[in-house]
Amino acid sequence: MNTPKQVPQAYYDLLEEIQAVDFVLVELNLYLDTHPNDANAIQQFNQCTYESKKLKKKFEKQFGPLMHFGRSYSGYPWNWDDTPWPWQV
Amino acid sequence: MWYYEKKLQYPVRVRECNPRLAKYLIEQYGGADGELSAALRYLNQRYTIPNKVVGLLNDIGTEEFAHLEMIATMVYKLTKDATPEQMKAAGLATHYANHDNALFYHNSAGNPWTATYIASKGDPIADIYEDIAAEEKARATYQWIINLSDDPELNDSLKFLREREIIHSQRFREAAQILIDEKDQKQFF
Amino acid sequence: MHQTNTKYFYPYISPFDPCPPIVRKSYSTPPQLYMGFQPPNLAQFQTAKEALYCGTLWPAFHDPYPPKEGREDN
Repeated sequence: MNTPKQVPQAYYDLLEEIQAVDFVLVELNLYLDTHPNDANAIQQFNQCTYESKKLKKKFEKQFGPLMHFGRSYSGYPWNWDDTPWPWQV
Repeated sequence: MWYYEKKLQYPVRVRECNPRLAKYLIEQYGGADGELSAALRYLNQRYTIPNKVVGLLNDIGTEEFAHLEMIATMVYKLTKDATPEQMKAAGLATHYANHDNALFYHNSAGNPWTATYIASKGDPIADIYEDIAAEEKARATYQWIINLSDDPELNDSLKFLREREIIHSQRFREAAQILIDEKDQKQFF
Repeated sequence: MHQTNTKYFYPYISPFDPCPPIVRKSYSTPPQLYMGFQPPNLAQFQTAKEALYCGTLWPAFHDPYPPKEGREDN
């Protein structure tokens, strides 16, 4: 048997936090595309960007890179292509 | 260019191995009003639309790819490890004969995806109104699939996607307004 | 004006219709049809998770489906 290891519950919990803050960012982004002068929304966007970066740093430390092409650091050996992929979890 | 991020936009869960639901869902994968059509429609229109709405087309087009991945995940999970007998019972024998359990860009009736699903008139008003209609059609398709599905966890993800069509429609309606506003009458730019 | 997200209509019923008639049919009229240009500082969901699970940051756009008042035609 050569079954890849399953991810722990912490993976799902932290990922969910990232999905939540990144979702707010998508919403604010589309809103700002049609409301470019809304200073409050821009401030909230930048605040959420900060939160998102912080959460992703924490996630990547435990579960490996979230992005490729130099947007995330790699461990050794190369762990970008480690399972699971998003559609597998 | 684009970067891939190793996460779904929204957590996707399905309750059981159910290839029949996959057969319905493939409509939003390779169908006329599906997510592939949406992504390619908006990203193609952005080259020739006025600057003030390029960003919106770029960003909604990009979000559509995240939705395409969610649909793919649902189809993949609903058919993963399904036996040929289960595929046959779900009306997917003809799919199986050609593709095994692999995904393919076709609609629920088996018609392959075609570029004719994408409108690109080059007229900003015609294109944005096309986009509003496309969002309403995709919203309706999600309704019909939710009506057909008895998987509450799958429906949770489908309700998310339906709500996104509502927001996209809202933004395209605002884009239409931006395009028709008389110069300097609004403070938006 | 109170805005509803479902509208109803009553199709003609012939004595020769083979399927049992659905007397009242419904269709969706979600909030984006009424919003106009979204005003600034629209109330938001309290938490990011709530927004995620409702599919929007703003409750004013949230349109549960199937509608609470039900669909006669399914």
